[in-house]
Amino acid sequence: MSLFVQKAGILTTIQDGGRTGSRSLGINPSGAMDRTAMSLINLLLGNNENEAVIEMHFPAGEFVFEVDCSFAVGGADLGAVLNGIEIANWSSAIARRGDSLRFTDRQNGNRAYLAVAGGFSIPEWLGSKSTNIAAGAGGIGGRRLQAGDRIGFLNPITCKTQRLGPTMTPKYNRFPTVRVIAGAEFDELTAISERTFLREGFKVTNESNRMGFRLSGMPISLLDTNRMVSAAVTFGTIQLLPDGQMIVLMADHQTAGGYPRIANVISADLPLLAQLGPGDGVGFRLVSIDEAEFLLARREKDLQFLRLGIRFNV
Amino acid sequence: MRIFPLGESALTVEFGNEISLELNRRSISLAAFLSANPFHGMVEAVPAYSSVTVFYDPLKVLRPHPQSSSSFAAVETMIREIVNRIEDTEINGRRIIEIPIHINEDSSPDMEAVCEFGGLDSKSVVDLFLGRNYRVYMLGFLPGFAYMGEVDERIAAPRLKTPRTKVPAGSVGIAGLQTGIYPLESPGGWNIIGRTDLKMFDAGSGEPCLLRPGDEVKFFAY
Repeated sequence: MSLFVQKAGILTTIQDGGRTGSRSLGINPSGAMDRTAMSLINLLLGNNENEAVIEMHFPAGEFVFEVDCSFAVGGADLGAVLNGIEIANWSSAIARRGDSLRFTDRQNGNRAYLAVAGGFSIPEWLGSKSTNIAAGAGGIGGRRLQAGDRIGFLNPITCKTQRLGPTMTPKYNRFPTVRVIAGAEFDELTAISERTFLREGFKVTNESNRMGFRLSGMPISLLDTNRMVSAAVTFGTIQLLPDGQMIVLMADHQTAGGYPRIANVISADLPLLAQLGPGDGVGFRLVSIDEAEFLLARREKDLQFLRLGIRFNV
Repeated sequence: MRIFPLGESALTVEFGNEISLELNRRSISLAAFLSANPFHGMVEAVPAYSSVTVFYDPLKVLRPHPQSSSSFAAVETMIREIVNRIEDTEINGRRIIEIPIHINEDSSPDMEAVCEFGGLDSKSVVDLFLGRNYRVYMLGFLPGFAYMGEVDERIAAPRLKTPRTKVPAGSVGIAGLQTGIYPLESPGGWNIIGRTDLKMFDAGSGEPCLLRPGDEVKFFAY
Protein backbone atom coordinates (compact mmCIF):
# COMPACT_ATOMS: atom_id res chain seq x y z
CA MET A 1 0.00 0.00 0.00
CA SER A 2 2.56 2.52 -1.09
CA LEU A 3 3.59 4.99 -3.70
CA PHE A 4 6.52 3.40 -5.47
CA VAL A 5 9.28 5.69 -6.70
CA GLN A 6 10.17 4.45 -10.18
CA LYS A 7 12.44 7.41 -10.96
CA ALA A 8 13.52 9.94 -8.38
CA GLY A 9 13.92 13.16 -10.36
CA ILE A 10 16.70 15.66 -9.57
CA LEU A 11 15.57 16.90 -6.19
CA THR A 12 12.47 15.26 -4.82
CA THR A 13 11.77 15.48 -1.10
CA ILE A 14 8.97 15.05 1.41
CA GLN A 15 7.96 18.43 2.86
CA ASP A 16 5.16 19.80 5.03
CA GLY A 17 4.45 23.10 6.76
CA GLY A 18 7.88 23.03 8.40
CA ARG A 19 9.51 22.09 11.68
CA THR A 20 9.22 24.75 14.34
CA GLY A 21 10.47 24.71 17.90
CA SER A 22 14.07 23.59 17.26
CA ARG A 23 15.66 26.69 15.75
CA SER A 24 17.50 27.41 19.00
CA LEU A 25 19.39 24.13 18.43
CA GLY A 26 20.45 25.20 14.95
CA ILE A 27 17.83 22.91 13.38
CA ASN A 28 16.16 24.85 10.61
CA PRO A 29 12.46 24.48 9.79
CA SER A 30 12.74 23.10 6.21
CA GLY A 31 9.22 22.66 4.79
CA ALA A 32 7.71 23.26 1.38
CA MET A 33 9.20 26.18 -0.55
CA ASP A 34 5.74 27.14 -1.88
CA ARG A 35 3.45 26.80 1.15
CA THR A 36 0.41 28.08 -0.72
CA ALA A 37 0.71 25.40 -3.40
CA MET A 38 1.13 22.74 -0.71
CA SER A 39 -1.97 24.00 1.14
CA LEU A 40 -4.13 24.28 -1.96
CA ILE A 41 -3.57 20.75 -3.23
CA ASN A 42 -4.02 19.35 0.26
CA LEU A 43 -7.35 21.16 0.56
CA LEU A 44 -8.43 19.82 -2.86
CA LEU A 45 -8.17 16.35 -1.32
CA GLY A 46 -9.79 17.24 2.00
CA ASN A 47 -6.43 16.91 3.80
CA ASN A 48 -5.08 19.11 6.54
CA GLU A 49 -3.45 22.02 4.67
CA ASN A 50 0.00 21.30 6.16
CA GLU A 51 -0.05 17.55 5.42
CA ALA A 52 3.23 16.25 3.99
CA VAL A 53 3.52 16.38 0.20
CA ILE A 54 6.19 15.50 -2.34
CA GLU A 55 8.13 18.52 -3.62
CA MET A 56 9.65 18.11 -7.07
CA HIS A 57 11.89 20.01 -9.44
CA PHE A 58 12.29 19.36 -13.16
CA PRO A 59 13.04 16.68 -14.27
CA ALA A 60 10.63 15.27 -11.70
CA GLY A 61 10.09 11.74 -10.50
CA GLU A 62 7.95 8.91 -11.79
CA PHE A 63 5.61 7.21 -9.35
CA VAL A 64 3.50 4.07 -9.36
CA PHE A 65 0.38 3.81 -7.19
CA GLU A 66 0.23 0.41 -5.51
CA VAL A 67 -3.30 1.06 -4.29
CA ASP A 68 -6.33 3.07 -5.49
CA CYS A 69 -6.00 6.61 -4.21
CA SER A 70 -6.90 10.18 -5.12
CA PHE A 71 -4.04 12.60 -5.63
CA ALA A 72 -3.57 16.21 -6.62
CA VAL A 73 -0.83 18.16 -8.36
CA GLY A 74 -0.07 21.85 -8.17
CA GLY A 75 2.63 24.47 -7.91
CA ALA A 76 4.85 24.54 -11.01
CA ASP A 77 3.12 22.94 -13.99
CA LEU A 78 5.39 20.06 -14.97
CA GLY A 79 2.92 18.39 -17.34
CA ALA A 80 1.55 15.60 -15.14
CA VAL A 81 0.49 12.47 -17.02
CA LEU A 82 -1.26 9.48 -15.45
CA ASN A 83 -1.01 6.39 -17.66
CA GLY A 84 -0.76 8.58 -20.75
CA ILE A 85 -3.64 10.88 -19.79
CA GLU A 86 -2.84 14.51 -18.99
CA ILE A 87 -3.78 15.64 -15.51
CA ALA A 88 -4.51 19.36 -15.26
CA ASN A 89 -2.38 21.28 -12.79
CA TRP A 90 -4.28 22.36 -9.65
CA SER A 91 -6.67 19.43 -9.84
CA SER A 92 -7.24 16.15 -8.11
CA ALA A 93 -7.68 12.85 -9.91
CA ILE A 94 -8.11 9.19 -9.04
CA ALA A 95 -5.24 6.77 -9.56
CA ARG A 96 -5.94 3.05 -9.73
CA ARG A 97 -3.62 0.39 -8.50
CA GLY A 98 -0.72 0.03 -10.93
CA ASP A 99 -1.19 3.48 -12.49
CA SER A 100 1.97 5.40 -13.23
CA LEU A 101 2.33 9.17 -12.78
CA ARG A 102 5.06 11.06 -14.56
CA PHE A 103 5.89 14.63 -15.50
CA THR A 104 6.67 15.40 -19.11
CA ASP A 105 7.73 19.03 -19.51
CA ARG A 106 7.98 22.26 -17.59
CA GLN A 107 5.31 24.82 -18.47
CA ASN A 108 5.94 27.30 -15.68
CA GLY A 109 7.37 27.59 -12.18
CA ASN A 110 10.16 25.53 -10.64
CA ARG A 111 8.65 23.54 -7.78
CA ALA A 112 5.76 21.15 -8.20
CA TYR A 113 3.82 19.36 -5.50
CA LEU A 114 2.10 15.99 -5.30
CA ALA A 115 -0.34 15.22 -2.49
CA VAL A 116 -2.36 12.06 -1.87
CA ALA A 117 -5.75 11.84 -0.20
CA GLY A 118 -5.33 10.92 3.45
CA GLY A 119 -1.65 11.85 3.39
CA PHE A 120 1.61 9.91 3.44
CA SER A 121 2.68 7.71 6.30
CA ILE A 122 5.97 9.30 7.35
CA PRO A 123 7.30 9.26 10.91
CA GLU A 124 7.55 12.72 12.43
CA TRP A 125 10.92 14.05 13.54
CA LEU A 126 10.71 16.90 16.06
CA GLY A 127 7.08 17.45 15.16
CA SER A 128 7.34 17.50 11.38
CA LYS A 129 7.61 15.16 8.40
CA SER A 130 9.76 17.56 6.38
CA THR A 131 13.09 16.36 5.05
CA ASN A 132 16.03 18.19 6.59
CA ILE A 133 18.95 17.20 4.39
CA ALA A 134 21.57 19.03 6.51
CA ALA A 135 20.49 17.07 9.58
CA GLY A 136 19.92 13.87 7.62
CA ALA A 137 16.55 13.48 9.30
CA GLY A 138 12.84 13.75 8.54
CA GLY A 139 11.07 12.64 5.38
CA ILE A 140 12.39 9.33 4.05
CA GLY A 141 15.74 8.68 5.73
CA GLY A 142 16.56 12.40 5.90
CA ARG A 143 17.44 12.46 2.23
CA ARG A 144 16.02 13.13 -1.20
CA LEU A 145 13.86 10.34 -2.63
CA GLN A 146 15.60 7.59 -4.57
CA ALA A 147 14.34 5.14 -7.16
CA GLY A 148 13.04 2.09 -5.34
CA ASP A 149 11.67 4.00 -2.34
CA ARG A 150 8.17 3.14 -1.17
CA ILE A 151 6.19 5.87 0.56
CA GLY A 152 3.30 4.50 2.59
CA PHE A 153 -0.20 5.95 2.54
CA LEU A 154 -1.86 6.88 5.81
CA ASN A 155 -5.44 6.35 4.71
CA PRO A 156 -5.74 5.94 0.94
CA ILE A 157 -9.17 6.96 -0.29
CA THR A 158 -10.68 7.98 -3.57
CA CYS A 159 -12.81 11.11 -3.59
CA LYS A 160 -14.62 13.26 -6.10
CA THR A 161 -12.22 14.93 -8.52
CA GLN A 162 -11.89 18.65 -8.02
CA ARG A 163 -10.26 21.48 -9.87
CA LEU A 164 -9.22 24.77 -8.38
CA GLY A 165 -11.23 27.70 -9.71
CA PRO A 166 -9.36 30.33 -11.75
CA THR A 167 -9.66 32.96 -9.02
CA MET A 168 -7.88 30.70 -6.53
CA THR A 169 -5.12 29.55 -8.88
CA PRO A 170 -1.76 31.23 -8.17
CA LYS A 171 -0.40 33.21 -11.10
CA TYR A 172 3.33 32.63 -11.40
CA ASN A 173 5.53 35.01 -13.30
CA ARG A 174 9.23 34.78 -14.14
CA PHE A 175 9.84 38.39 -13.10
CA PRO A 176 7.56 39.12 -10.16
CA THR A 177 7.67 42.08 -7.83
CA VAL A 178 7.48 40.76 -4.30
CA ARG A 179 6.54 42.83 -1.30
CA VAL A 180 8.98 43.26 1.57
CA ILE A 181 9.06 44.71 5.07
CA ALA A 182 12.09 46.82 5.99
CA GLY A 183 14.74 44.84 7.86
CA ALA A 184 16.99 45.81 10.75
CA GLU A 185 19.60 47.44 8.52
CA PHE A 186 17.26 48.92 5.89
CA ASP A 187 17.74 52.44 7.23
CA GLU A 188 21.49 52.11 6.78
CA LEU A 189 21.20 51.79 3.00
CA THR A 190 22.67 54.75 1.13
CA ALA A 191 20.04 56.83 -0.67
CA ILE A 192 21.18 55.47 -4.01
CA SER A 193 21.18 51.90 -2.74
CA GLU A 194 17.67 52.25 -1.35
CA ARG A 195 16.51 53.43 -4.76
CA THR A 196 18.39 50.60 -6.46
CA PHE A 197 16.87 48.04 -4.13
CA LEU A 198 13.31 49.25 -4.66
CA ARG A 199 13.43 50.16 -8.36
CA GLU A 200 15.82 47.80 -10.10
CA GLY A 201 15.35 44.18 -11.01
CA PHE A 202 17.69 41.46 -9.76
CA LYS A 203 18.58 38.25 -11.50
CA VAL A 204 18.26 34.89 -9.78
CA THR A 205 21.67 33.28 -10.32
CA ASN A 206 22.70 29.65 -10.71
CA GLU A 207 23.71 29.63 -7.05
CA SER A 208 20.11 29.31 -6.00
CA ASN A 209 18.59 26.36 -4.22
CA ARG A 210 16.36 25.45 -1.29
CA MET A 211 18.79 27.19 1.09
CA GLY A 212 18.71 30.54 -0.63
CA PHE A 213 18.64 32.46 -3.88
CA ARG A 214 21.73 34.48 -4.70
CA LEU A 215 20.76 37.52 -6.71
CA SER A 216 22.86 39.59 -9.06
CA GLY A 217 22.30 43.18 -10.08
CA MET A 218 23.51 46.69 -9.36
CA PRO A 219 25.56 46.56 -6.15
CA ILE A 220 24.08 47.90 -2.95
CA SER A 221 25.91 49.45 -0.01
CA LEU A 222 25.30 50.60 3.53
CA LEU A 223 26.32 53.92 5.12
CA ASP A 224 27.81 52.10 8.03
CA THR A 225 29.59 48.79 7.72
CA ASN A 226 29.82 47.92 11.37
CA ARG A 227 30.44 44.26 12.02
CA MET A 228 27.43 42.37 13.26
CA VAL A 229 27.19 39.42 15.59
CA SER A 230 25.06 36.50 14.41
CA ALA A 231 21.34 36.60 15.07
CA ALA A 232 18.37 34.57 13.90
CA VAL A 233 17.24 34.86 10.30
CA THR A 234 14.22 33.35 8.59
CA PHE A 235 12.63 32.24 5.32
CA GLY A 236 12.48 35.41 3.22
CA THR A 237 15.27 37.35 4.95
CA ILE A 238 17.25 39.36 2.38
CA GLN A 239 20.88 39.58 3.43
CA LEU A 240 23.50 41.87 1.92
CA LEU A 241 26.77 40.08 1.21
CA PRO A 242 30.16 41.85 1.39
CA ASP A 243 30.34 42.06 -2.41
CA GLY A 244 27.23 44.26 -2.56
CA GLN A 245 24.98 41.47 -3.83
CA MET A 246 21.98 40.00 -2.02
CA ILE A 247 20.88 36.56 -0.99
CA VAL A 248 17.26 35.75 -0.12
CA LEU A 249 17.06 32.95 2.41
CA MET A 250 14.68 30.16 1.49
CA ALA A 251 13.15 27.14 3.26
CA ASP A 252 16.44 25.35 4.08
CA HIS A 253 18.21 28.50 5.33
CA GLN A 254 20.61 28.33 8.26
CA THR A 255 19.00 29.42 11.51
CA ALA A 256 21.38 32.33 12.16
CA GLY A 257 23.36 34.75 10.07
CA GLY A 258 25.73 37.65 10.51
CA TYR A 259 25.14 39.67 7.34
CA PRO A 260 23.08 42.89 7.28
CA ARG A 261 19.36 42.20 6.95
CA ILE A 262 17.98 44.67 4.44
CA ALA A 263 14.43 43.38 4.29
CA ASN A 264 12.17 40.36 4.59
CA VAL A 265 9.86 39.11 1.88
CA ILE A 266 6.31 38.95 3.28
CA SER A 267 4.90 35.46 3.80
CA ALA A 268 2.05 36.03 1.34
CA ASP A 269 4.57 36.62 -1.49
CA LEU A 270 7.12 33.90 -0.65
CA PRO A 271 5.36 31.44 -3.00
CA LEU A 272 5.94 33.77 -5.97
CA LEU A 273 9.62 33.88 -5.11
CA ALA A 274 9.78 30.14 -4.43
CA GLN A 275 8.69 29.39 -8.00
CA LEU A 276 11.68 31.21 -9.52
CA GLY A 277 14.74 29.52 -10.93
CA PRO A 278 18.10 30.57 -12.35
CA GLY A 279 17.69 33.16 -15.08
CA ASP A 280 14.44 34.54 -13.68
CA GLY A 281 14.34 37.92 -11.98
CA VAL A 282 12.73 39.70 -9.08
CA GLY A 283 11.96 43.23 -7.93
CA PHE A 284 11.02 44.48 -4.47
CA ARG A 285 8.29 46.78 -3.17
CA LEU A 286 8.23 48.06 0.40
CA VAL A 287 5.05 47.62 2.45
CA SER A 288 4.19 48.25 6.11
CA ILE A 289 3.86 45.49 8.70
CA ASP A 290 0.16 46.25 8.93
CA GLU A 291 -0.23 45.64 5.22
CA ALA A 292 1.78 42.40 5.40
CA GLU A 293 -0.40 41.17 8.25
CA PHE A 294 -3.51 42.13 6.30
CA LEU A 295 -2.30 40.22 3.22
CA LEU A 296 -1.54 37.15 5.31
CA ALA A 297 -5.02 37.29 6.84
CA ARG A 298 -6.53 37.63 3.38
CA ARG A 299 -4.69 34.55 2.16
CA GLU A 300 -5.96 32.66 5.18
CA LYS A 301 -9.50 33.81 4.36
CA ASP A 302 -9.11 32.52 0.79
CA LEU A 303 -7.94 29.15 2.06
CA GLN A 304 -10.83 29.04 4.52
CA PHE A 305 -13.24 29.81 1.69
CA LEU A 306 -11.76 26.96 -0.35
CA ARG A 307 -11.89 24.61 2.63
CA LEU A 308 -15.61 25.23 3.01
CA GLY A 309 -16.25 25.04 -0.74
CA ILE A 310 -14.53 21.67 -1.00
CA ARG A 311 -16.37 20.31 2.01
CA PHE A 312 -19.79 21.15 0.59
CA ASN A 313 -18.91 19.95 -2.86
CA VAL A 314 -17.71 16.47 -1.91
CA MET B 1 17.33 47.64 23.49
CA ARG B 2 15.94 47.67 19.98
CA ILE B 3 12.98 45.65 18.65
CA PHE B 4 12.59 45.21 14.91
CA PRO B 5 10.44 43.00 12.69
CA LEU B 6 11.94 39.97 10.94
CA GLY B 7 9.13 39.72 8.42
CA GLU B 8 5.52 39.78 9.67
CA SER B 9 5.81 36.52 11.60
CA ALA B 10 8.80 37.25 13.84
CA LEU B 11 10.56 40.06 15.64
CA THR B 12 14.03 40.40 17.09
CA VAL B 13 14.80 41.89 20.48
CA GLU B 14 18.37 43.16 20.24
CA PHE B 15 20.08 43.93 23.53
CA GLY B 16 23.28 44.97 21.79
CA ASN B 17 25.55 44.04 18.94
CA GLU B 18 28.55 42.42 20.55
CA ILE B 19 29.71 39.18 22.10
CA SER B 20 29.28 39.74 25.79
CA LEU B 21 28.45 37.49 28.70
CA GLU B 22 25.92 39.91 30.14
CA LEU B 23 24.00 40.47 26.89
CA ASN B 24 24.03 36.75 26.18
CA ARG B 25 22.65 35.97 29.64
CA ARG B 26 19.86 38.47 29.10
CA SER B 27 19.08 36.91 25.73
CA ILE B 28 18.99 33.35 27.04
CA SER B 29 16.95 34.41 30.09
CA LEU B 30 14.32 36.10 27.93
CA ALA B 31 14.13 33.15 25.51
CA ALA B 32 13.81 30.72 28.43
CA PHE B 33 11.10 32.83 30.04
CA LEU B 34 9.12 33.02 26.81
CA SER B 35 9.50 29.29 26.14
CA ALA B 36 8.19 28.54 29.63
CA ASN B 37 5.42 31.16 29.38
CA PRO B 38 4.45 31.37 25.71
CA PHE B 39 1.90 34.01 24.72
CA HIS B 40 -1.09 33.13 22.56
CA GLY B 41 0.17 32.51 19.01
CA MET B 42 3.86 32.26 19.93
CA VAL B 43 5.78 29.68 17.92
CA GLU B 44 9.27 29.76 19.45
CA ALA B 45 11.92 32.04 20.96
CA VAL B 46 15.46 31.73 19.60
CA PRO B 47 18.38 33.22 21.51
CA ALA B 48 21.54 34.39 19.75
CA TYR B 49 24.71 36.19 20.97
CA SER B 50 22.96 39.33 22.12
CA SER B 51 19.41 39.03 20.82
CA VAL B 52 16.28 36.92 20.91
CA THR B 53 14.07 36.33 17.90
CA VAL B 54 10.47 35.53 18.69
CA PHE B 55 8.47 33.70 16.04
CA TYR B 56 4.68 33.96 16.15
CA ASP B 57 1.54 33.41 14.12
CA PRO B 58 0.19 36.92 13.43
CA LEU B 59 -3.27 35.47 12.76
CA LYS B 60 -3.48 34.16 16.33
CA VAL B 61 -1.69 36.86 18.29
CA LEU B 62 -4.39 39.50 17.98
CA ARG B 63 -7.20 37.45 19.47
CA PRO B 64 -6.44 38.38 23.09
CA HIS B 65 -5.34 41.92 22.05
CA PRO B 66 -8.22 43.31 20.01
CA GLN B 67 -7.19 46.88 20.85
CA SER B 68 -3.74 46.51 19.22
CA SER B 69 -3.19 48.03 15.80
CA SER B 70 -1.16 45.03 14.62
CA SER B 71 0.17 41.69 15.84
CA PHE B 72 3.65 43.19 15.75
CA ALA B 73 2.55 46.02 18.05
CA ALA B 74 0.90 43.54 20.41
CA VAL B 75 3.98 41.31 20.64
CA GLU B 76 6.31 44.30 21.00
CA THR B 77 4.26 45.64 23.91
CA MET B 78 4.22 42.26 25.62
CA ILE B 79 7.97 41.78 25.19
CA ARG B 80 8.83 45.24 26.57
CA GLU B 81 6.70 44.51 29.59
CA ILE B 82 8.36 41.09 30.11
CA VAL B 83 11.88 42.46 29.69
CA ASN B 84 11.25 45.00 32.45
CA ARG B 85 9.85 42.36 34.74
CA ILE B 86 12.13 39.33 34.50
CA GLU B 87 15.25 38.85 36.52
CA ASP B 88 18.43 39.12 34.55
CA THR B 89 19.65 35.70 35.54
CA GLU B 90 20.08 32.32 33.96
CA ILE B 91 16.84 30.46 34.37
CA ASN B 92 18.14 27.05 33.36
CA GLY B 93 20.53 25.57 35.84
CA ARG B 94 23.94 26.05 34.32
CA ARG B 95 25.23 22.76 32.95
CA ILE B 96 28.90 21.92 32.65
CA ILE B 97 29.55 19.51 29.79
CA GLU B 98 32.90 17.75 29.57
CA ILE B 99 34.10 17.02 26.08
CA PRO B 100 37.07 14.71 25.48
CA ILE B 101 39.14 15.56 22.42
CA HIS B 102 42.04 14.02 20.53
CA ILE B 103 44.84 16.38 19.71
CA ASN B 104 47.25 14.80 17.24
CA GLU B 105 48.53 15.22 13.70
CA ASP B 106 45.48 13.61 12.15
CA SER B 107 42.80 15.46 14.10
CA SER B 108 44.55 18.85 14.38
CA PRO B 109 45.42 19.93 10.82
CA ASP B 110 45.59 23.63 11.72
CA MET B 111 47.70 23.34 14.87
CA GLU B 112 50.69 24.73 13.02
CA ALA B 113 48.74 27.75 11.78
CA VAL B 114 47.51 28.53 15.30
CA CYS B 115 51.07 28.14 16.68
CA GLU B 116 52.33 30.50 14.03
CA PHE B 117 49.56 33.01 14.79
CA GLY B 118 50.53 33.24 18.44
CA GLY B 119 54.23 32.58 18.09
CA LEU B 120 53.74 29.60 20.40
CA ASP B 121 54.68 25.92 20.42
CA SER B 122 51.88 23.38 20.21
CA LYS B 123 52.05 22.50 23.91
CA SER B 124 51.39 26.14 24.82
CA VAL B 125 48.49 26.30 22.38
CA VAL B 126 46.95 23.16 23.88
CA ASP B 127 47.49 24.42 27.44
CA LEU B 128 45.89 27.76 26.64
CA PHE B 129 42.97 26.10 24.87
CA LEU B 130 42.28 23.55 27.61
CA GLY B 131 43.01 26.02 30.38
CA ARG B 132 39.56 27.54 30.54
CA ASN B 133 35.89 26.68 30.17
CA TYR B 134 33.84 28.01 27.31
CA ARG B 135 30.31 29.31 27.26
CA VAL B 136 27.85 28.16 24.60
CA TYR B 137 26.55 31.52 23.37
CA MET B 138 24.27 30.15 20.71
CA LEU B 139 23.65 27.32 18.26
CA GLY B 140 23.46 27.80 14.51
CA PHE B 141 25.15 27.17 11.15
CA LEU B 142 24.51 23.41 11.41
CA PRO B 143 22.17 21.37 13.62
CA GLY B 144 23.86 21.37 17.03
CA PHE B 145 26.78 23.64 16.07
CA ALA B 146 27.64 25.61 19.22
CA TYR B 147 29.29 29.00 19.01
CA MET B 148 31.48 29.17 22.12
CA GLY B 149 33.94 31.63 23.56
CA GLU B 150 36.14 33.19 24.29
CA VAL B 151 39.53 31.67 23.61
CA ASP B 152 42.77 33.28 24.75
CA GLU B 153 43.78 36.13 22.43
CA ARG B 154 47.10 34.42 21.72
CA ILE B 155 45.34 31.52 19.97
CA ALA B 156 42.51 33.54 18.39
CA ALA B 157 43.59 32.77 14.83
CA PRO B 158 41.31 34.15 12.09
CA ARG B 159 39.28 31.92 9.78
CA LEU B 160 41.10 30.17 6.95
CA LYS B 161 41.36 32.26 3.79
CA THR B 162 39.99 29.35 1.78
CA PRO B 163 37.50 27.20 3.67
CA ARG B 164 37.91 23.43 3.46
CA THR B 165 35.30 21.61 1.44
CA LYS B 166 35.14 18.85 4.06
CA VAL B 167 35.63 19.10 7.79
CA PRO B 168 35.02 15.80 9.62
CA ALA B 169 32.27 15.54 12.23
CA GLY B 170 33.56 16.20 15.76
CA SER B 171 36.26 18.65 14.63
CA VAL B 172 37.00 21.39 17.16
CA GLY B 173 37.85 24.72 15.59
CA ILE B 174 38.94 28.24 16.41
CA ALA B 175 37.78 31.35 14.53
CA GLY B 176 39.00 34.51 16.19
CA LEU B 177 37.84 34.49 19.80
CA GLN B 178 35.21 31.84 19.04
CA THR B 179 35.52 28.10 19.27
CA GLY B 180 33.10 25.50 18.00
CA ILE B 181 32.61 21.82 17.25
CA TYR B 182 31.39 20.61 13.87
CA PRO B 183 28.51 18.24 14.69
CA LEU B 184 28.39 16.87 11.14
CA GLU B 185 30.79 16.63 8.25
CA SER B 186 30.53 19.92 6.42
CA PRO B 187 32.50 22.56 4.56
CA GLY B 188 34.14 24.96 7.01
CA GLY B 189 36.76 27.63 7.52
CA TRP B 190 37.65 27.36 11.22
CA ASN B 191 41.17 26.36 12.38
CA ILE B 192 40.84 22.71 13.39
CA ILE B 193 42.93 21.86 16.44
CA GLY B 194 41.28 18.69 17.72
CA ARG B 195 38.46 16.22 17.37
CA THR B 196 35.94 14.61 19.69
CA ASP B 197 34.36 11.19 19.32
CA LEU B 198 31.25 12.37 21.16
CA LYS B 199 28.16 12.66 19.02
CA MET B 200 27.32 16.36 19.10
CA PHE B 201 24.23 15.73 16.99
CA ASP B 202 22.20 12.53 16.88
CA ALA B 203 18.94 12.78 14.95
CA GLY B 204 17.70 9.53 16.46
CA SER B 205 17.99 10.72 20.04
CA GLY B 206 15.14 12.37 21.95
CA GLU B 207 17.49 15.28 22.57
CA PRO B 208 19.35 15.44 19.28
CA CYS B 209 21.89 18.10 20.28
CA LEU B 210 24.39 17.60 23.09
CA LEU B 211 24.79 21.32 23.79
CA ARG B 212 22.28 24.05 24.58
CA PRO B 213 22.64 27.81 24.73
CA GLY B 214 24.05 28.82 28.12
CA ASP B 215 25.96 25.57 28.73
CA GLU B 216 29.57 25.65 29.87
CA VAL B 217 32.01 23.37 28.06
CA LYS B 218 35.19 21.92 29.49
CA PHE B 219 37.50 20.27 26.97
CA PHE B 220 40.07 17.71 28.02
CA ALA B 221 42.62 15.83 25.91
CA TYR B 222 43.03 12.08 26.08
